[in-house]
Amino acid sequence: MSTGSTAIGGARRRDSQRRQRRHQTLAGVLFILPALALFVLLLVGPLLYALYLSFFSQRLIGDNLFVGLDNYLYALQDAEFGQGLLRMLLFLVVQVPIMLGLALVFALLLDSGRLWLARLIRLGVFIPYAVPSVVAALMWGFLYGKDFGLLGQLGRTFGIAMPRFLGSELILASIGNVVTWTYAGYNMVILYSALQTVPSELYEAAGIDGAGPIRLALSIKLPLLRPALLLCTIFSVIGSFQLFNEPSILRAAAPDAISSSYTPNLYIYRLAFQDQRLNYAAALSFLLGLVVFVLSYVVTGAARRRLT
Amino acid sequence: MSDRTGAPAVPARAVSRWVKRSWLRTHSVPTLFMLAFLGYFLLPLVWLLIAATKSNDDLFSTFGLSFGAFHFFQNVRDVLARDHGDYLLWMRNTVLYSVTSAGGAALLATAAGFGFAKFRFRGKEAAFWLILGSVMVPQTSLAIPTYLMFASLGLANTPLSIIAPSLISPVGICLMRVYAEDAVPDSLIEAARIDGAGEFRIYRQIAFRLLVPGFITVLLFTFVQTWNNYFLPLVMLSEPKWYPVTIGLAQWNGAATSGGGSELLFSIVITGALIAIVPLIAAFLALQRYWQTGLATGSVKG
Repeated sequence: MSTGSTAIGGARRRDSQRRQRRHQTLAGVLFILPALALFVLLLVGPLLYALYLSFFSQRLIGDNLFVGLDNYLYALQDAEFGQGLLRMLLFLVVQVPIMLGLALVFALLLDSGRLWLARLIRLGVFIPYAVPSVVAALMWGFLYGKDFGLLGQLGRTFGIAMPRFLGSELILASIGNVVTWTYAGYNMVILYSALQTVPSELYEAAGIDGAGPIRLALSIKLPLLRPALLLCTIFSVIGSFQLFNEPSILRAAAPDAISSSYTPNLYIYRLAFQDQRLNYAAALSFLLGLVVFVLSYVVTGAARRRLT
Repeated sequence: MSDRTGAPAVPARAVSRWVKRSWLRTHSVPTLFMLAFLGYFLLPLVWLLIAATKSNDDLFSTFGLSFGAFHFFQNVRDVLARDHGDYLLWMRNTVLYSVTSAGGAALLATAAGFGFAKFRFRGKEAAFWLILGSVMVPQTSLAIPTYLMFASLGLANTPLSIIAPSLISPVGICLMRVYAEDAVPDSLIEAARIDGAGEFRIYRQIAFRLLVPGFITVLLFTFVQTWNNYFLPLVMLSEPKWYPVTIGLAQWNGAATSGGGSELLFSIVITGALIAIVPLIAAFLALQRYWQTGLATGSVKG
């Protein structure tokens, strides 16, 4: 009698445990479902729709025509798209190292404890991140400009001949400066936050070993910063290839230097809204997304291999 | 500085070396170096602030960093009156888009992060990797496909077409997962379950409170992102009445620049730009704690 009741009790407990686990599974799914559903609807959905559209071509009369990979084959020979991509690659290999290098030096200096006004400096360097890129670009456009540009005024005051910041030779550097101004502080805060999590015993041990501040930074802090630096690099790579806002705004002041296909995104925008070539624009959007995805994947992979 | 020198574990020799080394020598060079850069980062904003106090004529006739006649309030009146008060309409739209997007995105990301961190079920890791992988899909590459989809559904040129795409924050979900893993102890959830609380009551009454700092971080960053968004609204919206302030300013800038400031005054563009960034800078200064902890969480485990 008594043994039978415990067996039933055990089965009942197992049963209730199983029910509880199922209940928890359901709850877990329900927590994730709203975000996941929107994610599929608004991120996966548009990508698949763009992929679908990219296989068609719009005809002057009648419906869309299925053309298979024609849009992609055309894209591979599209000089305007190719030049935009190459320009962004150039932008990437020059601007990103400068910006991340500055961010790294700032973060290491903040962390070294050898700054007066450290809090003020950290805030001041970060503040441009709060400025919309549209405002940053139009503000720098005024600073560069010949009408009442501050840089030109400073040049005249000190008797230095200022280059034409909005001319076609310098415009890429001028855009790079706006991007660096906006995002250097953001990257600095990421790197600085990563440094803050390093246990200070590590530094004390190195200090006793007689390591100076520079050796400390190079041989202890820098390796510890690798994951954070990788994160910053990937975000910067993604950002570079999407460049649109800054050149789009500066075009108002420098229409000759920035063509309508200066960056891949400017070109895609023109194709979609001026040329009404929606299917081709969809194909290029998809292709650009793919290029960025593969490139970030390669950067991550290369960094992982070097880490292990 | 003092906590490192004062630590008892450091031998006396090291302490005396620290004390002997002059504070002036170790601090002045790095500080001057950083102050020079601080000038680079702040000078454009100082210029903007000064320029907003000048009349359009003074912009041309005075030095950029010196004041002219004080014209700020007239400039603000000009901004508000321009195009029958469009600027206020744009500001209202920007506030509407950023507040709803940020609130929605932060709520969704917090719930999802909690679900990913504290529950076990099949397909969870696959779903998480799908979301993590999408961080690498460029946002602007999505804008035109999203527009094409919304247009085919007849939903382009509506507030929904700006708010809905801004609700998904893959980075926010990843950040909240990492944050929830540490912030909500498993033992606390177990104890609540034994007390008979349902999963949603546990979330609402116990877990969410512990997740608030992460929630505010996601809120802040989505808010800034939507406030600063330019490409998506440019693609989606065709009527000025739905424009956010970024689009409106860009159009004013284009008109002023192409017309040499005769048709639309530069002083209006500059003052409009200044007003548009004040709320964001205020939010960042007020919520300093949150963007710092947020970026720390993201970078350590990211």
